[in-house]
Amino acid sequence: MERYRASVMLCGGTGCIAGGSLKLKNALVEELKNKGLENEINVVLTGCNGFCAEGPVMTVYPEDIFYEKVTVADVPLIVEEHFIKGRPVQKLMYKEPLKKQTIPLMKDIPFFSLQVLRALRNKGLVDAEKIEEYIARDGYQAAAKALIEMTPAQVVDEIKRSGLRGRGGAGFPTGLKWELCARVKDDNKFILCNGDEGDPGAFMDRSVMEADPHVVLEGMIIGAKAISANKGYIYVRAEYPLAVHRLQLAISQAKEYGLLGENILGTGFNLDIEIYQGAGAFVCGEETALMRSIEGKRGMPRPRPPFPAQKGLWDKPSVLNNVETYANIPQIILNGADWYRSLGTEKSTGTKVFALSGAISNIGLIEVPMGIPLRKIIYDIGGGVPKGRKFKAVQLGGPSGGCIPEHLLDTPVTYEDIVQTGAIVGSGGMVVMNDLNCMVSVAKFFLEFTAEESCGKCPPCRIGTTVMLDLLTKITEGKGKQRDIELLQDICRDIIATSLCGLGQTAPNPVLTTIKYFQDEYESHINEKWCKTGVCKELCTFYIDEEKCKACGVCKRACPQKAITGEKKVPHRIDQSLCIQCRSCYEVCKFGSVQIGPRSMRETLKNLPPQEPLKNVEIASLAGKEE
Amino acid sequence: MARLTIEDLKRIKEEYKSTLTLREGGSRAKVTVHMGTCGIAAGARKVMEALLDEIKKSEVKDVIVTTSGCAGLCSKEPMATVEIINEAPVKYVQLNEEKIRKIFQEHVLNGKIVEGFALVMGSETAY
Repeated sequence: MERYRASVMLCGGTGCIAGGSLKLKNALVEELKNKGLENEINVVLTGCNGFCAEGPVMTVYPEDIFYEKVTVADVPLIVEEHFIKGRPVQKLMYKEPLKKQTIPLMKDIPFFSLQVLRALRNKGLVDAEKIEEYIARDGYQAAAKALIEMTPAQVVDEIKRSGLRGRGGAGFPTGLKWELCARVKDDNKFILCNGDEGDPGAFMDRSVMEADPHVVLEGMIIGAKAISANKGYIYVRAEYPLAVHRLQLAISQAKEYGLLGENILGTGFNLDIEIYQGAGAFVCGEETALMRSIEGKRGMPRPRPPFPAQKGLWDKPSVLNNVETYANIPQIILNGADWYRSLGTEKSTGTKVFALSGAISNIGLIEVPMGIPLRKIIYDIGGGVPKGRKFKAVQLGGPSGGCIPEHLLDTPVTYEDIVQTGAIVGSGGMVVMNDLNCMVSVAKFFLEFTAEESCGKCPPCRIGTTVMLDLLTKITEGKGKQRDIELLQDICRDIIATSLCGLGQTAPNPVLTTIKYFQDEYESHINEKWCKTGVCKELCTFYIDEEKCKACGVCKRACPQKAITGEKKVPHRIDQSLCIQCRSCYEVCKFGSVQIGPRSMRETLKNLPPQEPLKNVEIASLAGKEE
Repeated sequence: MARLTIEDLKRIKEEYKSTLTLREGGSRAKVTVHMGTCGIAAGARKVMEALLDEIKKSEVKDVIVTTSGCAGLCSKEPMATVEIINEAPVKYVQLNEEKIRKIFQEHVLNGKIVEGFALVMGSETAY
């Protein structure tokens, strides 16, 4: 019997024959012969298909493509497109007539279709409190593989080849970190997990710990095997009670099943994991400070070297990885390094989880292949900026990162490319800002954070962040001087060069990037005493453009100070002596008639003649122009 | 609980696959309420309670109710996923007690998707 690569099941029922299926068959056979496909494609006349109304109908196997209302004239097209080029002919394919698909499919919504779930592969699918459901999704298979079939060197090698880099922000190659620690000979080593997620607007690690706690444990088991550690700690902020609860439950279930503790899966390998709750100091996300904190001491960093791989927790060789990094490990071990590298770029492989927040339609948690342009994340996945506002900047990397403006939105998300902009990929917080944001205030916000969270050990960070904050405060209060911008940049450079740990070394990034991309805003604050977004209360005057005002009364109702006067058909006006610059009127006005002027306008506006009814204003203004 | 061997791991995987995929377990439908911090803050517990109450009242036995973590669209929480056997899962968003009761009556019991509350159909692909 001959083997065909495809079969055409053409309906030979009465209905279709009446519709011309016999002629169709001849034409089809003829055309296939012309193209030399007669030995590859088989044409079969079948009994009634049952779909007589749409006849002649035919089904092409193996693709299972159903064509309806086929005519002799369609034959060359079908042969050319489908059998030679392998592209089914859309226009002949069956369309469901009545059942209109009103609910979109995931593949049709960019929020879902552009995502690739690896670290989040169990997101929303498993019950986080049932270990069996995790096991049903291939859970602990990778741990079993690493413990039974692989040597520590093989595990290290696989992770190294995968190109996985630390997802906590710095992007240090995970495999290299493990290799450095594996090389050190010591009977007491520690495998540590960093769940001290502290960046404002970031919630990637929390979601992983809450939704899939076992993946963190499994990643740690594999890491422990690689470096030969028998004790592990997960450092989680106490502000994440649900994550702590679910991790605790996961640990006790894993212990009961013998997946943690002594002689795991009968392999003779031992590993105990404990949770250590952090008390909320941002600096404890820094590795050496985190280790001091677990030791029960005050969480402060220490100089490196020695690196934790040599001297870490209790001066023993230790490896610390971020939650998301561990969530990637089991899949790499199961599917191999090449599979992992198949996504992302040469130097930034795999996928990255981001927490989208701020002025964006789809606030949420996403996972995308590295190398995707920022624009795709913000506009296609995130759905763009809501309420008709304009995009201004996206903040990456929290207090250690920077603001990326509109013209750099085509930057691919890789560790190398993002650093070029002055920001960092960071742990994955992505805060979108619209045109209502004052960039000087944004820089000030982050400096308030870092100045507050600086541990105080090294002077550049302790004093430097405070001096920067003072300067920024001065600028937002209208006391800035032209040379302050340069001074800020100088201080930034010094802090970066001399701070002890990552907190200080990166704290200037928000200031540097806002000066780099939004220097005009700094200048208008300093020179014109004018915050054009109306955020800095000392540097703005809200007034109503009486020519644009439609006297709709919306602003009047929104004003908490009752500072807006004006009747129906009489353009409204803001009483400057009552206005507290809360910006409510500006945000609600649909006609753009509320304006923001420099501070100096306030005095002149106090002495205006009384308002006149709308029509008269229009006539008066016209008349004025004619004169 | 006995300590697992590698064989046990495979056995559990097979056993519990059915509850995850609905193919074998004898259940007809599964409702997953997404209960991450975002979901709970937005009122997922009340949604869950209302759902359990509906199930109790209707006395159906072939519907699994389960919880899971954040579904990723935190701004549209509380969310729930309804999966009827042999059909694509449907994700519902911005739920409250009333909405989940309606979804239970119409979709879970009568197989009619409540279009007004549904966001999307299908499952996400993991690679």
